[in-house]
Parts: sequence; C-alpha cells; structure tokens
Amino acid sequence: MTPLDFLLWVAFPYIAAATFVVGHILRYRFDQFGWTSRSSQTYENRLLRWGSPMFHYGMLMVIGGHVVGLFIPKPWLEFFGVTEHIYHLGATWMGSVAAVLTIAGLIILIVRRRLVTRVHLATTVMDKVMYIFLGGTILFGTIATVLHQVLGAGYDYRGSISPWIRSLWGLQPDPSLMSDVPFFFQLHVLTATALFLLWPFTRLVHVFSAPIGYIWRPYVIYRSRDTHKGSGARPVKRGWEKAELPNVRVSPRADEPSRPSRSRTNIRR
Amino acid sequence: MRVMAQMSMIMNLDKCIGCHTCSVTCKQVWTNRTGVEYAWFNNVETKPGVGYPRQYEDQEKWKGGWVRTKRGRLKLRAGGRLSKLLHIFDNPDLPVIDDYYEPWTYDYDMLTTAPAGTQSPVARPKSLLTGKNMDIKWSGNWDDNLGGSQETAADDPILATMSEHVKMEFENTFMFYLPRICEHCLNPACVAACPSGAMYKREEDGIVLVDEDGCRGWRMCVSACPYKKVYFNHKTGKAEKCTLCYPLIEQGKPTICSETCVGRLRYLGLMLYDADAVLAAASIENDHDLLDAQRGVFLDPFDPEVIAAAKAEGMEDDWILAAQNSPIYKLIAEYKIALPLHPEYRTMPMVWYIPPLSPVVDVVSTTQADSEDARTLFAAIDRLRIPVQYLAGLFSAGDVRPVEASLKKLAAMRSYMRDINLGRPADERIARAVGMTGETMQAMYRLLAIAKYEDRYVIPKAHVETARELDELACSLDTDGGPGMGGPGQNAGPFGHESGMPLAGTVSNYNEMTGKAGEKTKPTTPGRVNLLNWTGGNVPPGMFPPKKSPGAPA
Repeated sequence: MTPLDFLLWVAFPYIAAATFVVGHILRYRFDQFGWTSRSSQTYENRLLRWGSPMFHYGMLMVIGGHVVGLFIPKPWLEFFGVTEHIYHLGATWMGSVAAVLTIAGLIILIVRRRLVTRVHLATTVMDKVMYIFLGGTILFGTIATVLHQVLGAGYDYRGSISPWIRSLWGLQPDPSLMSDVPFFFQLHVLTATALFLLWPFTRLVHVFSAPIGYIWRPYVIYRSRDTHKGSGARPVKRGWEKAELPNVRVSPRADEPSRPSRSRTNIRR
Repeated sequence: MRVMAQMSMIMNLDKCIGCHTCSVTCKQVWTNRTGVEYAWFNNVETKPGVGYPRQYEDQEKWKGGWVRTKRGRLKLRAGGRLSKLLHIFDNPDLPVIDDYYEPWTYDYDMLTTAPAGTQSPVARPKSLLTGKNMDIKWSGNWDDNLGGSQETAADDPILATMSEHVKMEFENTFMFYLPRICEHCLNPACVAACPSGAMYKREEDGIVLVDEDGCRGWRMCVSACPYKKVYFNHKTGKAEKCTLCYPLIEQGKPTICSETCVGRLRYLGLMLYDADAVLAAASIENDHDLLDAQRGVFLDPFDPEVIAAAKAEGMEDDWILAAQNSPIYKLIAEYKIALPLHPEYRTMPMVWYIPPLSPVVDVVSTTQADSEDARTLFAAIDRLRIPVQYLAGLFSAGDVRPVEASLKKLAAMRSYMRDINLGRPADERIARAVGMTGETMQAMYRLLAIAKYEDRYVIPKAHVETARELDELACSLDTDGGPGMGGPGQNAGPFGHESGMPLAGTVSNYNEMTGKAGEKTKPTTPGRVNLLNWTGGNVPPGMFPPKKSPGAPA
C-alpha cells in the first residue's frame, strides 16, 4: 500500500464522509432558510419540463443500481439465483437506459442553464463547481461502463470496488482492493467522493428533503403561533435585500469608462 | 363543533376608486426586495380584465383549487398526493414569471451621469432578471381602467363564459375595480398542496402563512392557489405570500392595505366558524350551493352554545366580544350583502366583497332617470343582465340571485337614506322590499357610508402574555434581521434585560417602551448610536461610522 493509495482510498473518503455528515447537520441547524432546490422553473419552463424529469428519474434509477451493486454482497444475490451473468446483463442494460435518461436530461439542463440568460445569471459559483463534479462523475462512470461492460469483456467491480466500499463502512478500510481497478472506475469513484464532500454546501441538500411524508399527512395543517420554532435562534439570513439589477455591468457606451459596479449587498454563503 | 376564529376582510367595491394606494404601501412594506419584484401581495384589477397573473381565473388552464370527485370527495384539481409527488421535478401548472410580468427598473443613473451630447439622456428600462434593455409589454395592471382592453379583455375568463354579444358591448356598459389579497381560505389549497408541510393556517386567527425555514421550494402552492396569491421568490427559492400583516393584526391594528385605503372601503374583523364542518361544506355537490354552505359554516357569536364551546376551546372573552362586534359578521350574516370571490374554487375564501352598485347607477344616470329611486334601481338591476351576470361569475359561481339580492339592498339603502337626508319621512316600504327594517338599514348605512375607523376595524389583540409564559416570545417577527428587529435580549426592555419586546411596542412608542429611565439602549452595531434613540438635537459620538485610517483599504 503506497501513501498515495492510503490518501485516495482511505483518507479522502473518510474526510468526505465526515464533511458530508457534519456539513449537513450544521447546515440544517443554521441555514434552514437556504435549504431549497432553488428552482429556476419560473424563469424558463419549456426546456425544464423535458430535462428535469429525465435527469431526476434517470438519477433515481442510477442511485438504485448503485445501492444494489455496491452494498448487496455478491453471495447474497447469488443465493436468490442472480448469477454474475444475469447481474451483468441486468446492470448493463438497465444501467444504460438510466444513463441515457440522466445524461440527456443533464445536457438539456446544462445547455438551458448556459443559454437562457435569466437562468444563467441566477447560477452561483457553487452551482458551477457542483455541475463540474456531478457531470464528471456521471461522465467517467459512463465511460467506464461503456469501455469495460458494453464493449469490453466486463469488469467485475463487485469483486473490488464493492468490498472496498463495504470495508470503509466497516471501519476496516482495505485500499489494496482499489489498486488494480481500471482507471475510469477509479476516476469515477474519486469525482463521486469529491461530490459528496461538496454536497452539504450546494443545492444538492434538497435530496434529503424528499417530501415522502406528504402521502400520509392531513391536507390542511394548523399551527399555533405559540409553537413558533426557532425565534431568535438563527442569525441574519440572506435574501432580504433591496431590489437591484442582476450582477452584470451595464455600461451605456463601450468607449466610456465603466462606472464603479454597484456593490452587491446580498450575502452569498 | 370545533369553534375557531378567522380574521377576515371585506371590501366594499362601490367605494374603490382604483388608486392602487393599497398595492403600493403593501409593496413598500412586504415585497420591495430582490426576488419578489414582480410579486404584489395586494393588487388592484380592473374588471372586466385578464387579471394578474394573466387569466389566473381560468382553472382549466392553471388547475388551481379543488374539485369534487364523482364519489363526492374533494381533490386538488391538479391531482392527488401521488401525482403531486411524481410531478415534483417539473410542476406542469406553474405560471412562469412572464405570466405575471418581467420585472424591470430604469437606468436612472444615466440622467445624471451621461456624458455631454446632443440628445437628452433617457432612463431606459432594464430587466431586473437579465440586466438588459427591455421593451415593457406587460405589467401587473396593464389593462388598468380598461386600457388596451379591446385587445385583451376577450381573454377575461369570466367574459369568455358569457355570450359574444357581451364581449362586443361591455366597454359601454360597466367597469369596476377589484382589489385582491390572499383569501386566507378555510380550506386552503396551497396548504394542502405543500409537500413539505411548510404552509399552515394559524389556529388562533386563521391567517395562512409560509414557514420560510421549512419551505423547500417545490412550488406546488403557487400552482394550487386558484387566486395565484402565493409567489415564488426567485432569489431565495422560497414561497412568499400575503401575511394579512399579522404583526399589526397581533397588536390589534389593521393591515397596511386597510390602514392606507383612501376610500376606507376595507373592513377587518373576526368570524367564528365550525372547523369540523368545513370539509363537508366545501364538498357540496352544486356550485351554486357553495355560498350558502359556507355561510352555514359560520357560527353565531351571540349563541350561548357557541360561546360555551369557544370558551371550552380556550378562546378569551375579548375575542368573543370582538367576534360579536365584528363588521364582517354583520356584513356576511346579518345584512347578507357581502359575497365571496369565486366560491366555486371550493377553498372557502375569507376575503369577501360587497358587489358594486355603481355599474347600475351609472347606466341609470345616463338615461336621465332618477338614479336614487328604489323602484328605478330595482328595475335596472333586473334588466341589466350583463353586469349582474358578470358579478355573479365573480362572486357566486354564476348564480345571479345572491348578487341581485345584495345589489337591491344597496339600492334600497341609497333610496331610503336619500329621503332621510332630504328631511323627508323615511319610507319603510323600501326597507321591507329587501327584507330589512329601517333600523338595520340605518345601521348598515353607518357601517358602509360613515364607516368609522373603529367600526371598520374590530381587531382583538393577540394574547401575547400567554405566549410569553410558554416561550419568552412576544412578537413572532423578533428574529434577528426580521422586521421586528432587535429580538429578545438584544435591547433592554422596559421590564429589564430578561424580557422580550414590549407588549404594545410600536414604531411610534418604541423609544418610551424600550428606554428605561436614564438608561440608553445599546445599538446593535458596536461603536454606533442607535438612531431610534436620537432626539435630533446634537451629533452624538458614533452617529457616523469611524473614519478609516489612511492605510486601510477602501
């Protein structure tokens, strides 16, 4: 085990996991007001209505596939008659459908985000960083699958990556399992780990607000003003600033030296 | 029977002159921020007209409110719970910002900083979404006073249900203004549609609010509200709506829109209702029966049984008294002249309207007939199908009878009071013709025409003393940075440091309430003076920010 192996396959995942957990707890505690999907549907509806469901439903399938592949040990599935061959076929075919949906959706959403000015201007730096790692993770995962599973002979990641991840969960990390994993699988794992590290600081937190409870709760909710929670518990939040132009420089003439740009009073976190 | 109190509003449309003061003051107080530039918690529409957002009344298009299923159950028009969750990634019924209007500002700086040139500098409109120059083609009240209505009025969803003939002629016939705020419904579709459960109806006064901390920006409330009175703050990604100015209501004061209404046409007061009866009433089969069904949900605050039940629910005596003196109860239940806006949405709205008699009076006046004569007016109400039908489309799901009854009472009052004003003996037959007595007619006249401040607004204070016992909390806006500012513990209150905001603290008496004898309150910024305590006499140290040292960055 080289120091690099230790760094990439033990230290980095644990740092990411710790940041993920602590970051979410802190953000939930101190930034409820910022906890939102920050939808841009009011800016642009037509493209979003195609891209967003494609991406999200594709992503749900992808996540489901990863849970089965990574967290259910091979012998367990074999006990139920799912042989390596059946698993491989299923994972590759269903995975491909999910990947096509996800990637097509993501492309529509990213193109929309770049080309529709209103949406573009509402994109934060953190959004862009997040898009790089999210896109990278999906891209490398797809490349790895196409190279090894579709075109190649098929790589049995359930013999290396899956046990490695479970070894992390069992607090008995075994980085040697990852040493001989194909390059694009390694890259996929690393970008995904980085994405988990960034997660609590992005709009991705909305994943943990999936409103499943809506199915069971009564339609009309009554609350007493006395049970108002958290009065004074949180500090000043963003979003209560005066109306102003978006942060683009509006210079009346190209040859005129631009006026000092208006200072933005909103606090970005 | 579960007795609940609802803070409600009634607007007397005959007195609305469409000045938009309510909209402007509301905007200054609540929505003068980035993200809600396009949002008007209070707006005034010219009717007939397409409204704001455009054609919001067309529920075939927007799928707002409730529908009754074949089995007699209520369902959100946009679909049930599962369907809502399946569409969570793309709300199919969400209005985009252009359905309201693209917010803009003007490049005012150009007027003073433009370089010398041959042309006068102009302040061009700039989009607040993109910062680019834009052509203003629509706004919140583009068809104000029927401006451009020959182009747009055919899109009015209510006119669309009427005959072609009306569409051609309406301009010569009538026009009136419809100020709108959130309806604070008894059966709110927005609350029912919120997947996060962040929207709620307050138990004490029925005000419908959004918990900004709990909102996750799923936008279902925006599309579920048939009145389109929940707005998406595109900056914060959260829903915002009319709060019925609850910080003022809690202090026993009217909302900003009511307080500043120059026509003095708004009424505020409590309505007691049976919360257990709401669902059955909203599920009644025939749309035309919804008005009476909602009236049936209200409780008589003088009924000893109701009073006993209200006390059993913990309602304080002053609230029951306020419910008895409520102008809302008088106008809805006693005089029966107020009507709800679009009862057919089945949300049981609680901002009601007194329909305008003026379209009828205007037509009568132009014919040289006596527009204050009861019989002439009664005949005109019967004959002027178009305005009456239109009003019925707004206020009674298309049933003209309640609108006619209401208009005839207004006409009778007009005629009855003329005799008295001219020193002639009162004609009791006029009152009897609309099922009233001269006495109630005069009482109604005092409430509608004299409209004293204390008669229009009967608002009991919230019982903050109980809240303080529970939570050390006075004003629920006392969060840091909230409009209440300060917050408990920040400034020394009149009762010492440990207490919260003063109970009756307002802007006008803030100094006396917080200024303990001889003790200056601490400013929130160290080294600065709290301007609230500045008497204007001298320049105290800390009035201005400390001068920067020469080496410091600018």
